[in-house]
Formats: sequence, structure tokens, C-alpha cells
Amino acid sequence: MTAESVDVAAAATKPGAPRAGVPGNGLHGTDRPPGRSDLGMALLFILPALVGFLVFYLYPSIRGFYFSLTKYSLLGTPTFIGLDNYTRLFQDPLFWNALWVTVQYVLYNIGFQTILAIGIAVLMQRLTHSTVVRAIILLPFLISNVIAAMLWFWLLDYQIGLVNEFISFLGLNRIAFFGDATTAIPTIAWVNIWRHMGYTALLVFAGLQTIPNYVYEAAAVDGSTEWKSFWRITMPLLRPILALVLVITVTGSFQIFDTVAVTTRGGPVNASRVIQYYIVQKGFQQNEFGYASAISVILFIILASVAIFQLKVLRAGESDLA
Amino acid sequence: MATRTVESNVMVADSATSAPERRRLNLGRIGAWAALVVLILSTLFPFYWMVRTAFSTSNALFSDPASLLPVDFTFGAFKRVLGLSTTEEARAQGGSGASVDFLLYLRNSMIFAIVATAGQVFFSALAAYAFARLKWPGRNIVFTLFLTALMVPPIFTALPNFILMRSLGFINTFPGLILPYFFMTPFAIFFLRQFFLGISTEIEEAARLDGAGHVRIFFQIILPMSAAPIVTLSILTFINMWNEYLWPLLIGNNEGTRVLTVALGVFRTQTPAGSPDWAGLMAATLVAALPLLIIFLLFAKRVVNNIGFSGMK
Repeated sequence: MTAESVDVAAAATKPGAPRAGVPGNGLHGTDRPPGRSDLGMALLFILPALVGFLVFYLYPSIRGFYFSLTKYSLLGTPTFIGLDNYTRLFQDPLFWNALWVTVQYVLYNIGFQTILAIGIAVLMQRLTHSTVVRAIILLPFLISNVIAAMLWFWLLDYQIGLVNEFISFLGLNRIAFFGDATTAIPTIAWVNIWRHMGYTALLVFAGLQTIPNYVYEAAAVDGSTEWKSFWRITMPLLRPILALVLVITVTGSFQIFDTVAVTTRGGPVNASRVIQYYIVQKGFQQNEFGYASAISVILFIILASVAIFQLKVLRAGESDLA
Repeated sequence: MATRTVESNVMVADSATSAPERRRLNLGRIGAWAALVVLILSTLFPFYWMVRTAFSTSNALFSDPASLLPVDFTFGAFKRVLGLSTTEEARAQGGSGASVDFLLYLRNSMIFAIVATAGQVFFSALAAYAFARLKWPGRNIVFTLFLTALMVPPIFTALPNFILMRSLGFINTFPGLILPYFFMTPFAIFFLRQFFLGISTEIEEAARLDGAGHVRIFFQIILPMSAAPIVTLSILTFINMWNEYLWPLLIGNNEGTRVLTVALGVFRTQTPAGSPDWAGLMAATLVAALPLLIIFLLFAKRVVNNIGFSGMK
């Protein structure tokens, strides 16, 4: 078999690693003779993943852009209408509402979650590295968004939810957490903060492990307090990790859907109709598939810009610990 | 070990400072422990409440909503959601009477999560090997292209993928549910490639001198040596698949393909007398969460220690 013979000749493994046992190739593996690659073998290994990538990532991405330029009711065939969906979108108050609601959600979610996660991570760093504690803190992350939503939907129920029982025990007025326009988004944000803060804390905790102890020791010798050390050492040195954490959590938050879909379903009125819920509603309930695709293109662009902006501004990957 | 170094540092700092400062430090430590305990309680208590409610009788919950123990203890809610009680029994305890069969949804979730995970991890490992160990033109370009797929939000590809599945006649079928996850994810390939790059090439070179080809090297050397990260990746992938909601909601909407997350959403909307069947709902969430909780109990250490930016610098 040709593939096999090519295979034997190409003894190089790691890029740039010297190849042993192949005479005449020199010690530096990078200057291989042309044509002597593992291409045949590589195609074989990569074929299933390539099929998956082409069929379920690349093709739908291109198709998604195309659909966004069409009028498509799911029943007929798409008709090309140019940029009409986009011009319509910019005049659609429900789109702007969805965007605004989503941004509010992201701000609540990221603000509280990040602060809590850093706090938890520092607590664990200072007090205990116990696997049991870390496992407990990770527990909510394991259950699905749907289950977390159901659980809090029950705990926060207006009539007999435990939280409202406690509120009325204190002599205060019951709160319709999911049912009131002003509290719906903060409540949905809370459910996701509860589910994700432990996970985020463990990411930050992993970042804390990379800060060497001698830095703190030196600071302590110079009379720095824990509080000072936190702001002057921990936070600056944590920045690259924190940047990656923020990119992941912010882009994830923009795609909030599950919690809304099983609790408020966008309500009351439009108070919690987040952008991804609006996309699904347009596409699958109102048969405006082209329009839904246009909104998802906008979401894509927003997410990519946010990620690039954060990576640039926060200089992820460049440590100050030189 | 790391714990000990931190402790000893604190102690050194402690003995070096004067008495009032030490007292303040201890107060700070007590406060910190208190915060940690509050945190652990707020994490665990909702789970307890789930169990407490699941073993209560739905109709009786109204009489004693703050009781710390199950109200009117019963297995009825579990029987009801597993489709084991009659409509009359279910109605009597506060169920909606609509037929639900969480055993079936459990089976569906199992099929979906296991098949998707197995395919994804295996095919991603094959691809990762080609990216880590084989030399071929365009390797880096293809790898970068794969990685950019990480940037694409799932909803963006879900819409056209739905159209594709519909034209293939795969709506309400397992192939429709599983295929988009079956062949790869950019993350799985990235994760495994990073690990394969770290394996020493000496054993492989020896094997090659003995005439072993890449297929044999992959199956007999690379896979066994990467057992640990492959198990970790499989667990993480399984958890993700188990919790997936949007795609199964679009594709699997009949009894035969409805997974647990979707079924919970449906169950919640079946409200008898205006208020959901809370005991039934909590029993159902418990059924849905239990397999993951068991996996977590078995593999907690592995999962916990692998949270971090594996491979990212």
C-alpha cells in the first residue's frame, strides 16, 4: 500500500522534532523532501471530523448568511430579498427591546458572577484546597440550565415558594420574582449566577495557582496587608486569566435561552424576551426564518466584536509576570 | 502540598506580627470561614429542597409550605412522573393527569448523550492525532479553520441545521438529534491535540522502527497513554450533552425522541388548577439530575481538578 510506504518514510512526529532512523534526511526534520508527507494517512484520520466540520459548521454558516438575505417561511422556498431583513430589523422596536433586555441580563450576570467568583476563589485559596469543597461548589454547574430554572422557579414561587414564605414571615410583601417586569431579568440572572459562580470560581482559582508564593512573601516582608496584596498583586497578575474568563462568560451570557424558555417565556409582556428567544420565536413560531437568520447574524457579529474587544483591551495571554 | 505552604506562610506571618494584629487576622479568618460555610449552604440547600418537595404530596404543600421535612410523605410523585400510577391516583395527589413517562425520556437522554459523546470523542481523537503527529500540507490552516468554529454561536448554525435535518427527514429521529454532535467539536480536538503534543515521541519512534504504522501507533500507543484525558473529556462531553436544550427542543418533539430537559419544560406547562404539580416537577428534576449526580460522585476528583484552562497559556 502506498499510504503505508509513505508512512514508514515519514518518521517525523512532532513539528520540528528531529527524526531518528531515517538516513539521508539530516537531523532537522523540517526540511523534508517535497511530496513525502503523511497526507494520505492524515486524510484518513481527519475524515470524520472534516465531514462533521463541513456539514454541520461551515455549510450551515454560509447558509445562515444566505438565509438572512431571503424571505423564508419554512413552508415554501427562500426568495432573495437583499438587505431588506436588515433594514427592517433596525426599525423593529422588538429587536431593540430584545437587545436591551439581553444587555441588562449580561450586565447583572457578569457583574455579580465575576465578583462572587473572585471572592470564592480567594477564599478557597486562603482557607482550603479541599477537593470536597471544590466539588460542592461545582455541583450546580453539573445540572442543566433547565433544572436550575425549575428549582428556582419553585423556590421563588409567589404563593408557596420558600423564599416568599420567608419574606412574608419577615412581614414584607411577597415578590412575584418571575412574574414582574422589573424583577424578571434580575431573577433569571440570579438563577444563572447560582449555577455558574462555582465553575467560574474554579477557573479563577486555577489562575490563582499560577501566581508564585514568593511574590506574596516579598510583599509581606515589605509590610503589605492581605487587602493591599489582593489589589496590588493578585488582581494585576490574575488579569490574563480573568480576561479569558470574561470572554467565555460574556459570550455565553449573550446566548441566554434555556432559563427564559422554561420560566417566563419572554414575559411579562416583553420584559424578558432576550435576543436568542426572539430568534427562536421568529423562526419557529412566526415562520419568519429569513428574519430570524438576520437577527442571528447580528448576534454573531456582536459576540465576535465583544470577544475581540475584550481580548485586545484586557490583553489576555500576556502575563505581567515576566 | 500547596495547602501546607499557604498555611505555613500564614503562620510565619502570624508569629512575626504583634498580638493585636494577630487577633485581627484570626477574626478575619473566622469571617472568611463563615462566608465559605454560607456559600456551601446556599449551594446545597436548594438541592435538599428539591428532595424534600419530591417526597411530598403536591396538594398538601399548601398547608405547610415552609416545613423542612416532606409534607405528607409519599413516593407518589415519583410513581406519577415515571408513568407508574393511574390517572386517578395522579389527579388525587395534585398531578395533571396527563400521561408522562420520564423513564422513556431517561432512555432517550441516555441514547442521545452516550452515542453523541462516543462519536465525538473518538473522531476528535483521530483528528487530533493527525494535527499533532502527522505532517501534511495545510495542516495549520485546517486546524485554525476548525478553531474559528468555536466563535460561531450555536443558534447561528442551529437554524440552517434544522432545515438540513428536515430535508433529510430526520426530524423526531435520533440521527437528527445526534449527528451535529457526532463527528467533532473544535474544543474536543483542541483539548486532545494539546495532550498528544505533550506525549514523548520516543516510544512511537521505537514502534515505528519495528514496522508499526500510524493506525497501530494510534490504537496501541497513543490511545492507551491518553486514557486519563480521554475519560475526562468524555465526562465533560457527556455532561454537556445531557444538559443540551435548544437543539433537542427543535428536533426531538415526539415521545420517542424527547430528552429530559425538553420533557421538563413540557411537564412544567401542564398545570392542574393553575399551579404546577410541584412535587411531580421536583421528582422529575431529581430523576433528570440523578445520573449526573452519580457520575459526579464517581469522578468528582477528576472533574474538579480539570477545571482550568487546559492547554491555554
